[in-house]
Amino acid sequence: MNEEPTGAETHDADHGHVHVMPVWLLGAILGALLVLTALTVTASQMDLGDLDIAVAIGIAMVKSALVCMFFMHLLFDRLFNTAVLLCALMFMTLFIGFVLMDTFQYQPDIQALQDLNAAQPAP
Amino acid sequence: MADEAQDTAVKDAETDTHGDDHHGHDEQLAHHFDSHEQQFEAGKMGTWIFLGTEVLFFSGLFCLYTIYRANHPEIFMFARGLPKLGVPGFLDVSWGALNTVVLLVSSFTMAWGVRTAQLGKRKPTMVLLSITLACAFGFLGIKAIEYSHKYHDGVIPGIAWHPWAPKHGAGHGDGGGDKHKPDGKHDGEPAAGKGVHGDSAGQKGKEGEKGKGAAKDEIDYANAPKWLTSKTHNDLKTFMGIYFCMTGLHGLHVIGGIVLIIWLLYRTRRGEFSKQYFGPVDFVGLYWHLVDLVWIFLFPLLYLIKPEQYLG
Repeated sequence: MNEEPTGAETHDADHGHVHVMPVWLLGAILGALLVLTALTVTASQMDLGDLDIAVAIGIAMVKSALVCMFFMHLLFDRLFNTAVLLCALMFMTLFIGFVLMDTFQYQPDIQALQDLNAAQPAP
Repeated sequence: MADEAQDTAVKDAETDTHGDDHHGHDEQLAHHFDSHEQQFEAGKMGTWIFLGTEVLFFSGLFCLYTIYRANHPEIFMFARGLPKLGVPGFLDVSWGALNTVVLLVSSFTMAWGVRTAQLGKRKPTMVLLSITLACAFGFLGIKAIEYSHKYHDGVIPGIAWHPWAPKHGAGHGDGGGDKHKPDGKHDGEPAAGKGVHGDSAGQKGKEGEKGKGAAKDEIDYANAPKWLTSKTHNDLKTFMGIYFCMTGLHGLHVIGGIVLIIWLLYRTRRGEFSKQYFGPVDFVGLYWHLVDLVWIFLFPLLYLIKPEQYLG
């Protein structure tokens, strides 16, 4: 036997062995998400120059953080579950980051070759 | 003493027939777990690892998107179009935003349903799961509307690909007798700042276009809509490929979620869940929230791209 196996008996009879989300909190998060959706649509109508995509992704990240922490309960869960998600996201960042580095390195060469072929069509 | 308790447990397991009602152990607790809490936490960890794989799954397509956006941003002009240049846009922000709202509401009802399942409330759980299911179907319905518009515009990759001759009016392509509005516009659809569906793509392409069966290199660009050149044609193919791959994979996940929620409704109706045992509801909820998360990123990346971002 490792950890205490009978956590179930030691708390109130209203619910089982987990932290239950209050409805008002769920509703508040939904409200925030809807506001952020309206915000991102509005921002997409405005010209923010180089910040455009950063704002869009930034708002999306805030929305996903809210969904993860509250709807998906990560804020109240074991840290290990959050670690699993963060690891997957870190891998995704490495994946896209390295491929981007690679393409930025070699895309000019590819483009030059394509331009060359376009200028001199094969006989 | 602990040893005696352990021996008893082993003996119970050996003589346990499972056809017998007098188990002496909880039917909702699997044999290899010591407690409901442990069983639940194990299931949750497994679910999160699965969600991690789902993130990796989608990251392939997000990588594709990122590379194209970095190297060829001009292909994304077909999202919202360039009305001033007569370039059509094929994505409607209003439908996309509505789908976002639908999924956010469905996440809310799903999370609430998890709460009621944890409290052992069978009927509220069924109601909330049903609303979530309705939202899921609503999402698919809106996607069906969007996809049908693209079919009419001839931009679904495959045999129906004919952006030079959107199927409106009579005597087009195969003349399939489709019911279209004469000018090719989709009147029920809220305007999204593009509005060139019927104009450039329609009238000019009518006379000189080839039939649907023409090979792609036989396209008569001289008589095609002005925005359609060999390069923009390839760009459009690429953009539509990206769009349908990403939203299609996401849509498949929505369908998977629908199957899972129906399964949950069936089990809830049978009274299989309790204050002690509600794991499946929680875990399907986590999956459903992931589906919502993916769309939270898909929406701005596909629908909210601005012309300034791809014009040189």
